[in-house]
Amino acid sequence: MDQDMTLLAELLVSAFLIVGGIFGFVGSFGLLKLKHTMQRLHAPTKATTLGVGGALIGSMLYFLMIESSVSFHELLITLFLFITAPITANFVAKTFMQGDVVERELPDTGRAFGWAVYDDPPSEKTEEG
Amino acid sequence: MITYALIFAFACYGFGLLATLWRLLTGPTAADRILALDTMVINFIALLILYGVWRGTAIYFEASMLIAMVGFVSTVAFCRFILRGDIIE
Repeated sequence: MDQDMTLLAELLVSAFLIVGGIFGFVGSFGLLKLKHTMQRLHAPTKATTLGVGGALIGSMLYFLMIESSVSFHELLITLFLFITAPITANFVAKTFMQGDVVERELPDTGRAFGWAVYDDPPSEKTEEG
Repeated sequence: MITYALIFAFACYGFGLLATLWRLLTGPTAADRILALDTMVINFIALLILYGVWRGTAIYFEASMLIAMVGFVSTVAFCRFILRGDIIE
């Protein structure tokens, strides 16, 4: 019974580590392979974040089931990475747009104010007046 | 079995570090280079975690937590510097 549990734990940890490794590989390979900067933005921000999540969950399961010590650090790191990845992607996209995309190539925003990268944010005075 | 899975994951993230280094050196735009640095930080966090599992110690979690925070702040600082010419306005 105990032997079976250890085997199950090893299987589970190995599966998480391998899936995490594959996702990390795909993310970094996409960063290398894709052609345009806006396309390259997708691979690391989604796939690599998921891969690190897999590796962290595998590590948490390893310490929980084999070393039998609970650690919540991995969960904290995973949460932090998952929260900050979209913010990073947004900032990198804005940086790219400011340097390499001309404003007249973009479609109309359909509002009174233009794209946030090129125009200043609407102040409260102009909205009221 | 865990040893082989760890070796596989090490190989994957090691390749990831090399790929981000290549993109950092050759990336045509500044945004590419910032993205490569951010991905490099994420790959390095994964490598640290895997090394912690390999050695069976929980010491490396604090280090990877700190690296995650510093990596995020540095990415935002780089982007702010290119976007506005200043980090804190």
